[in-house]
Amino acid sequence: MPVTDAPRLQWQTAEVREIVEETPRVRTIILDVPSWHGHKAGQHIDVRLTADDGYQAQRSYSIASAPESDHLMLSVERIEEGEVSPYLAGEARMGDKFELRGPIGGYFVWTIATGGPLFLIAGGSGVAPLMAMLRHRAAQKSTIPATLLFSSRTYDDIIYRAEMERLAAADPHLKIVHTLTRGQPAGWTGPSRRIDSEMLVSEGFAPDAKPHIYICGPTALVESSARALLALGHDRALIKTERFGPTGL
Amino acid sequence: MSDSPVTRGFKGRRGPQGPASRIPPGQHLTTDFPVLSAGPTPPIDLASWSFELQDGDTTLGEWDWDEFNALAQTDVTVDIHCVTTWSKLDTHWQGVTIDTLLEAVGLAEPPGPFTLIHCDGDYTTNVPTEDLVDGKAMIATLYEGEPLVGEHGGPARLLVPHLYFWKSAKWVRSIVFGETDDPGFWEDLGYHIYGDPWREQRYAGD
Ligand SMILES: Cc1cc2nc3c(=O)[nH]c(=O)nc-3n(C[C@H](O)[C@H](O)[C@H](O)COP(=O)(O)OP(=O)(O)OC[C@H]3O[C@@H](n4cnc5c(N)ncnc54)[C@H](O)[C@@H]3O)c2cc1C
Repeated sequence: MPVTDAPRLQWQTAEVREIVEETPRVRTIILDVPSWHGHKAGQHIDVRLTADDGYQAQRSYSIASAPESDHLMLSVERIEEGEVSPYLAGEARMGDKFELRGPIGGYFVWTIATGGPLFLIAGGSGVAPLMAMLRHRAAQKSTIPATLLFSSRTYDDIIYRAEMERLAAADPHLKIVHTLTRGQPAGWTGPSRRIDSEMLVSEGFAPDAKPHIYICGPTALVESSARALLALGHDRALIKTERFGPTGL
Repeated sequence: MSDSPVTRGFKGRRGPQGPASRIPPGQHLTTDFPVLSAGPTPPIDLASWSFELQDGDTTLGEWDWDEFNALAQTDVTVDIHCVTTWSKLDTHWQGVTIDTLLEAVGLAEPPGPFTLIHCDGDYTTNVPTEDLVDGKAMIATLYEGEPLVGEHGGPARLLVPHLYFWKSAKWVRSIVFGETDDPGFWEDLGYHIYGDPWREQRYAGD
């Protein structure tokens, strides 16, 4: 496909249809988008907000919903000193309108055709594009073996917790492992430290199984997980990463 | 832009915006340096590192790490603009300009109108030759006076600051001159073939 001939991705106006409080800091915004031509799990959109004096701000957000879903969903973490996330994850309400365009990105993408096993590694809101993959897999009733290793601060910070429990309970080929890095409820038996090499070995797939690996979250988590996986012998070409920022430098 | 609907409840931060003349449309100022890459950061191995200039399949010049660092060094202070909408002003880099490399292999003129930049991890990006010469681009090895860290493309990355920053390819290993403008990695995946931030050329068709 000659890239230069591609049609422009047009801005269009989306309307907030519903808001779900996922955790104290993360909300899912469910959108009505007038003409959406579909997406692949893992892709993102650009959002553009306009203030009443014409001032605009633009940021990228992963699509959290499955391609099979009727509505587009974003899951946004509120960054206190941020510009766009406090609106999306705090101020936005039903009926609000803003612009978006997409889908964008063709690399950090998984479809049933990509195959498996599927090994997903997430930190915090980085789970959004990976959830799109699990939702796509579930919608297709796929039996491709899949594991999600998900790092959250505390139990209450686990995004999509109830849906994940439902998905895993109904699916012997899906394993979801939570690690809680800053606080664990009484009786917690799961891991309670940052994702490390040992955890990647005990919970993930062996390099021989040639898993397709997707890592998304803060830069530090992505860097350290990818490095550990390479050291364990996983194929660089099968490791795809998406970093939400920031560096912390 | 005037067609954009007002988003109820959105005010914007309106903090220090930076001089408007230096922030391209749709960009915002950042003070940290976010990392974006498609895969794992390759380990830095200076002993096996090399950099090559090629005309198609023909090698014009090849340098190991010490040889490369012995070439004439250039300092620049530039603004950089990432397609994910952050811009960072007054970043300092040191490295070897493409002009210096061409001179080092004895060429007065670049051998072809287009280039494909090759990197560790099979990453590529395409840049027209005229955007690399006349002091417009360098292979950078120092950032803010320090060796460039792996996350930011170390030991060496292309720096072509007047285009969106994905064109400033990390972990760069060769520049291949050619006759055709062949899309690189992101360009093949829907990003703009040229990527001028001032014309907001983020995605194909922009
Ligand atoms: C491809 C892509 C997909 C993304 N998908 C999502 C998504 O699904 N959900 C989501 O919540 N975000 C996602 N992000 C991040 C998002 O684009 C914004 O960067 C984020 O919402 C912060 O924007 P802001 O305007 O609120 O903060 P800004 O005004 O841009 O930044 C304010 C301050 O917060 C810091 N900061 C920025 N991001 C973070 C962070 N993640 N954690 C801690 N500090 C931060 C900045 O360094 C800065 O100092 C994605 C980013 C990319 C590139």
